[in-house]
Amino acid sequence: MANVKALSPMNVFKKDKAVDLKYQPGFSQIAWLCLIVLYAPIVVLVMFSFNANRSVTTWTEFSWNWYIKAWHNEGIQSAAIMSFEVATISALLATIMATMAALVTTRITPYKGMSSAITIINQPLMVPEIVTAVATLVFFAAIRKITGVTGIGYLIAAHTCFCIPFAYMPIKARLEGMNLNLEHAAADLYASPIQAFRRVTLPLLMPGIVSGAMLAFIVSIDDVVISLFVAGPGETTLPLFILGQIRRGVTPEVNAVATVFLIISVILVTFIFLFGKNKK
Amino acid sequence: MTDLTLNSTHLSSGAQMHQRREKKVRRLLLAPSLLTILIIGVLPLSVVLIYSFLEPGSYGGVKWHFSVDAYVQLLFEADIFDGTLSFTTAYLEIFWRSISLAIMATVGCLLVGFPTAYFIATQPPERRNIWLFLITIPFWTNLLIRTYAMLLILRDEGVINIGLQNIGVIDQALPLLYTEFAVSLGLIYSFLPFMVLPIYSSMEKFDFRLVEAGFDLYATRLKVLWRIIVPIAKPGIAAGCILVFIPSLGAYITPEVLGGGKSMMIGNLIHAQFGGARNWPFGAAIALILMAVVLVSLWVYMRRTGEEGGLSHG
Repeated sequence: MANVKALSPMNVFKKDKAVDLKYQPGFSQIAWLCLIVLYAPIVVLVMFSFNANRSVTTWTEFSWNWYIKAWHNEGIQSAAIMSFEVATISALLATIMATMAALVTTRITPYKGMSSAITIINQPLMVPEIVTAVATLVFFAAIRKITGVTGIGYLIAAHTCFCIPFAYMPIKARLEGMNLNLEHAAADLYASPIQAFRRVTLPLLMPGIVSGAMLAFIVSIDDVVISLFVAGPGETTLPLFILGQIRRGVTPEVNAVATVFLIISVILVTFIFLFGKNKK
Repeated sequence: MTDLTLNSTHLSSGAQMHQRREKKVRRLLLAPSLLTILIIGVLPLSVVLIYSFLEPGSYGGVKWHFSVDAYVQLLFEADIFDGTLSFTTAYLEIFWRSISLAIMATVGCLLVGFPTAYFIATQPPERRNIWLFLITIPFWTNLLIRTYAMLLILRDEGVINIGLQNIGVIDQALPLLYTEFAVSLGLIYSFLPFMVLPIYSSMEKFDFRLVEAGFDLYATRLKVLWRIIVPIAKPGIAAGCILVFIPSLGAYITPEVLGGGKSMMIGNLIHAQFGGARNWPFGAAIALILMAVVLVSLWVYMRRTGEEGGLSHG
């Protein structure tokens, strides 16, 4: 490329790499490498979930076989139902509480104790997961011993707790970006605070609430460590089931379940991403 | 504070009532979330503290006898026959391994994450969004599944080994899996988005005229990178490092799936105490030490970023 023309002064101002101010050698290659590193393992996993052969190594033929097998597997069925139940209830509870908290920690004049309230809400994010898991285990074990109450409630309570900050984030962000004038207008038109909330604030806040609920759902359904410590016998969630299978060895059924799991996550994340974009 | 009290004396009784009602509403709305987190998130930590000073029960749980054995056990091994203590490095090794693996993961993420974040920040806006979306997706997908996917790649019969054998580079499978290498690779893979996103957001609004100014003053590309871009990205780099280091240090899934017995980390050691080893006080003690290390690193991070912020504003 080192011809005479390229060296002429006219071309110096052209936007080629030689004068691209932002260019740093090798950076774009690293960025692509980063993307490949992030996605290659997932692609391999998804690919071999469609492999007719039992092998998770050599490709033979396309087949839905492992999906059908996974669908009829009772262990997977009950784990999936358990995960769905826990995640739905926890996400719902966490979202309601987070919405309530977000309403009084944004847009109003700061009051004594507000920053400590926010710190408490974010607490589950600060402590390492494994420490939370240990703490919840010993605490719930003590309560179980004292009260004799068992059941899925403990798992749901643990999930609800760490879901709150995740549900809180997008709701808070949405509230901060909202126009206060609309509520004032409603108040000027003799709407009671409750009416103003129901008819003005809540509909405007809805995208934030939906994003928050979805985040909470994803975080709950993905959880391994806390469930591993807290879940009692017969409370195997899908990630715990998968972990058990992996410990026993690699099977294509796990690939099939994992693929479905990934697809659900990706759909939810895409939704949240699009919701977030609408805001701007 | 003084302003507030002054104002309240001037308020009419109606406004005061209004204020009181507002306070009540505020408490009512905050109570559920705060109580949930305080009871399920904070209170149990104090139970852990208490448990770490008790004796282990024979079938899990604890015996209510005060004891510092859990902490002594970390450094000293009691002889089975006469109970004499001798210094042991077994647990220290696990701590050291966890810290070094977490540092390796942080450095690895930084080496890949910084150029990636810079590259994204230099793209046109629509493209940036696609890149960010692609980086964010793994961030929200199941960590266990992603780690399992890594296992599929690193296995003896995995893509790398079979691929290399097919080309003829190696005859026998490289022992990639169940090594510290696999664990650190898995950690980098797991937490890479945590590095890219904060660095990107620190560079997102970067004014590239500064780079132009640098070039005008005869700086080389490397100098521009080192003296202009890196200092501006520094808060993002610091945040990214802390966001990678903390979860790496307490990682459980990655070493569990990709590491063998020889690459055990703190997380696995803790889990073992509540599973087969049945030593709850010891598990509680290690968990507390882990939390202390995390809090100290957070504190260092906040102090340093606080100082820097103070300087630039002052």
